[in-house]
Amino acid sequence: MSKDNIVIIGGGIAGMTAASRLLRLGYTPIIVEESDHLGGHVAEWHKLFPDMAPAQDIVQRLAEEVSAANIFLSTRVLFINRLHDTYIVMLNNGVSIQAQAVLIATGFNLFDATKKEEYGYGIYDQVLTNRDLERWFTTGDDPRLNGHEVKRAGFVHCVGSRDVKAGNTQCSKVCCVTAIKQAIELKEKFPDAEIWCFYMDLRLFGKKYEDFYINAQKDYGIHFIRGRVSEVSEGLDGRVIVKAEDTLSGKPVKVTLDLLVLMSGMVCNATINPIATSLGIDLDSDGFLRSKDNISHIVSSGRKGLFLAGACTGTKTVPETIAEANSAALDIHLYLTEGK
Amino acid sequence: MIYQGKQKIWSEYQKEIPDDHWYYVRSCIRQNFFPASERMFTEITRNVLGKDIYETPSHTTCGGIAYHCDTIPQETVMTIVARQFALMTEAGYENYVASCITSFGNYAEILETWHEFPELETKIRELLWKACKKEFKKPKYLAHSSDLIYKFRGEIAAKGRFRLVDKETGEPLRIVEHIGCHYAKMFPHKGVGGAEYPCVLSGMIEAWGGQVIDYPERRHCCGYGFRQYHVQANRGYSLSNTHKKFESMEPYHPDAIITNCPGCPYFLDRWQYVIAEQTGKTYGRDGFGIPVFTYEELAGLVLGYDPWDLGLQLHQVAVEPFLDKIGIEYDPSAKYKGLDKKDILRPGLPQNLKCF
Repeated sequence: MSKDNIVIIGGGIAGMTAASRLLRLGYTPIIVEESDHLGGHVAEWHKLFPDMAPAQDIVQRLAEEVSAANIFLSTRVLFINRLHDTYIVMLNNGVSIQAQAVLIATGFNLFDATKKEEYGYGIYDQVLTNRDLERWFTTGDDPRLNGHEVKRAGFVHCVGSRDVKAGNTQCSKVCCVTAIKQAIELKEKFPDAEIWCFYMDLRLFGKKYEDFYINAQKDYGIHFIRGRVSEVSEGLDGRVIVKAEDTLSGKPVKVTLDLLVLMSGMVCNATINPIATSLGIDLDSDGFLRSKDNISHIVSSGRKGLFLAGACTGTKTVPETIAEANSAALDIHLYLTEGK
Repeated sequence: MIYQGKQKIWSEYQKEIPDDHWYYVRSCIRQNFFPASERMFTEITRNVLGKDIYETPSHTTCGGIAYHCDTIPQETVMTIVARQFALMTEAGYENYVASCITSFGNYAEILETWHEFPELETKIRELLWKACKKEFKKPKYLAHSSDLIYKFRGEIAAKGRFRLVDKETGEPLRIVEHIGCHYAKMFPHKGVGGAEYPCVLSGMIEAWGGQVIDYPERRHCCGYGFRQYHVQANRGYSLSNTHKKFESMEPYHPDAIITNCPGCPYFLDRWQYVIAEQTGKTYGRDGFGIPVFTYEELAGLVLGYDPWDLGLQLHQVAVEPFLDKIGIEYDPSAKYKGLDKKDILRPGLPQNLKCF
């Protein structure tokens, strides 16, 4: 077992995957997680596209794999100082760690949908986010859905993504296929429901995503409207009235829905930014941390002993995040064994 | 509806409105449509609230109507506006308050354009100098006159004789607020409350005891829309927009509508007559329409001014049921008397829309 200390900041699937791989390579990594549980965003998700695998399966498997790691939950990193070839990582619980390598895996934040005021999140009761719906799929408990029969529902793609006014020009990659997944799950719960997806254009690049999209239309009868939602309002009965443009038919669309789900995109988790920039890691134009380069050194920060994995450097799917975390673990091992 | 959600948005869209010393510019059309409104603004601000409000007869149109009808180059509009700013500068003021929503939007757009393109501001300064040998400072603060009434809504309520409450039941009256499109839709941070859920009028309604009605087509244009109306062939489109709004608000049974734009009260008021005559449908109770007020008129009613001194006899939709509901006294026989008590003649009555 190596005596080298490796601190992993972030206990989501990136941090857990890297920790799991490092344990197998003979290290005992230290995971520092701000929340009170491991798993990050995936722990709050119900099923994962395109195979509809339960999200809990992957989180539980990873949790078992990293059980031998040192894990600090509900703990924040206050600052990191460089000392020769090591890093002094100071935690808010008073613990100070001298680490030979640090992996930043702080992930992303979900875009705050209240910023898109025209969609009425936080104003109209029946407007939810993708996260709200996913929680309801998992827990079955949401006052906006409890006991309600959903007959008509809509999904708005690209909420806070590819949106100059919202300050986020990046595509969040996963929203298109997540909307399709959630539409299918909703349809399975309410087979008679009519469901509309309002999209700018569909970006379904991953393995089996396109099949997923075709199935959504053929097998579940989900309608796809190419056009932006312009405004949402609330009717007398509490249902939401959605106005949009159908750019394929060239006509305005107005539908009354029991439920409107906003596909909030990914934005950078800015809590790590002050620490990262103090260590010489720049922020990219999209607000995420900048890798050494975006092709062959995505997990490298360009700083000795400092590595990056997952959505802290940009929007990522789950498979991409896992692949990056594995790659980062291997790079850390090579860094520690082949000389600093 | 989650009221706290709106409050959160409102807290992010508050603008600084100085307390006093304003250079006031009137609208081209409001004095024809609702002749006492601007007079009531100066009456309330000067005589009720004791503020310094200055205006000059040298003020002209801002060019906004022509601008939004695409019949005037932007540089010409900017030079007209530069002259208005020069008049303010000569008068020694730096707070500029516009009565017209389109003027307000026009000023906001021009100031923002000059901020982004300072070379254009330089060019306009040269054009103004060549045209009339004037120079100007840009306003330190720009407000719409409804911003000022909003700011002093609490004082108006405190000094008021009436509240927007049904005198029989004690229930708050149900009021629809309609914001002019050029108020905040172009620059949300220039308006009180932003573009999606403005609180400039809803704040007045609540301060004066009423209940705000939020209905699905609340954001929709009143129907004026400049080219929708000024191009004669498009007037059916203007009417259909207004019709859409009334159909949407009808289930909420509003007692009145309050607006802050020159065109909106006119079209929301007059098109009710046209809809009633064409379709036989009226939107108020017992064959009446829904009365439409400017915010100055409503403030005047709250403060206890005589309804006929507020020019309410020039409304198409009868206001008497609304006055009766609150308990505001009026003399029916004085409705069509002018200021000198001279008879100003009675209009013909519509067939379907009940009026007095």
